[in-house]
Amino acid sequence: MTRDMVLRVVAKLLIPFILLFALYVQFHGDFGPGGGFQAGVIFAAAMVFYAVIYGLDNARRVLPDWLVESMIAAGVLLYLGVGFAGLLLGGNFLDYFVLDPEPVAGQHRGIFWVEAGVAITVSGVMLKIFYLFAGRGTDGEQ
Amino acid sequence: MFAHIWSHFDYWAMLFLAMAGLFIVIARGNLIKKLVGLGIFQTSVYLLYLGPAKIVGGTAPIVDAAFKVYSNPLPHVLILTAIVVGVATLALGLALVVRIREAYGTIEEDEVLRRDVQPAGEEAQQ
Amino acid sequence: MEALIVNALLALMMVSVVVLARTRNLFAVIVLAGLYSFLMATVMVALDAVDVAMTEAAVGAGVSTVLLLGALHLCRSEEAKPAHKPWLPLAVTATTGLVLVYGTWDLPAFSDAEAPIHKHVAPRYLEEGPRETGIPNMVTAVLASYRGYDTLGETTVVFTAGAGIIALLRRRRRSAADKEAP
Repeated sequence: MTRDMVLRVVAKLLIPFILLFALYVQFHGDFGPGGGFQAGVIFAAAMVFYAVIYGLDNARRVLPDWLVESMIAAGVLLYLGVGFAGLLLGGNFLDYFVLDPEPVAGQHRGIFWVEAGVAITVSGVMLKIFYLFAGRGTDGEQ
Repeated sequence: MFAHIWSHFDYWAMLFLAMAGLFIVIARGNLIKKLVGLGIFQTSVYLLYLGPAKIVGGTAPIVDAAFKVYSNPLPHVLILTAIVVGVATLALGLALVVRIREAYGTIEEDEVLRRDVQPAGEEAQQ
Repeated sequence: MEALIVNALLALMMVSVVVLARTRNLFAVIVLAGLYSFLMATVMVALDAVDVAMTEAAVGAGVSTVLLLGALHLCRSEEAKPAHKPWLPLAVTATTGLVLVYGTWDLPAFSDAEAPIHKHVAPRYLEEGPRETGIPNMVTAVLASYRGYDTLGETTVVFTAGAGIIALLRRRRRSAADKEAP
């Protein structure tokens, strides 16, 4: 699809806005519909769009395999880290009230990092699955 | 009677969709179509949870001073989890279908079963 | 009026599923599944479940369609074989459906504000939630704070699915000698 001018131009115009929208959905999940899952999927959709138009090799250069696989694990570890931080600071597991001297600010902080962890894992998994499905045919079936 | 049917139509639409999904799973032989049918079955169950959560005259459960009545947020949370788990299982099922295709050369269920019980004939041909 | 909108959309979904069951071309099946997901997302908006609608539209109509198309391309199968006579499955599903209709006969009517589901935990979340967590979106508050443990389990499920698919579909590097062996 790299030879189709209309698709390339439209992709160049749209992909930054899709990525920005993913970040918007992530951070405004507290005030409107949104949150970690939706943001992760929209981010992965932007990268899939890029891979479809510009080729899988270019997409692998932007987000290499080792980075995507690290993202899958990093999100879960971040979530567990927030849980254990609550434990280490004197509360229960996944207790957000102890994360800050003021309990409501602690809730804000906990929810922020937890949603970030979820978004990282979901976007990593969706993108990795796409890489695996799309890359399997081009490896050639001997 | 008609009022009862009309007020319960969302449950019965959900049951129709679930039974249609179940029918596709058990009656069709193509593995990808079976997975699509399974997805339809899973998605129809979401209606069972979201239907009772709605209150006419209310709004989405985002608390604001201008509104008094909200939809019930608890089923929304449960269904959010269910949607993501559903796509995870669909992806795993599709990966298995791809491997089956590479191992057997086909994704029709009865073909796969036939080739599974006749491995001796295949080896004799090679 | 809202009941009319929801029921009309549900009727459209029922039609699309019947057509999907009868279609043999797999590409058409995948497109119809995407259509079904979009209709489901619209029904969810009509039911005031906006977070869920966004997730269903992104995940069900977006990612699922991409994965199904990818799998279809890898399997290179164009059409399902003609089905056997489906009398037994039809009988089984019809019987199960009728039994379940009998089972759901006495469930609360659509948009019943006195239903038990609205009596227990939900009013407490809606009243105390903004004060305790400080964020207006109750779904995010319940998902990330009140029921954060369930969300941890869900994230682990997504992680496990990703790990399973990597294990299934990863290609090991083979040397040139291995590639020529039968």
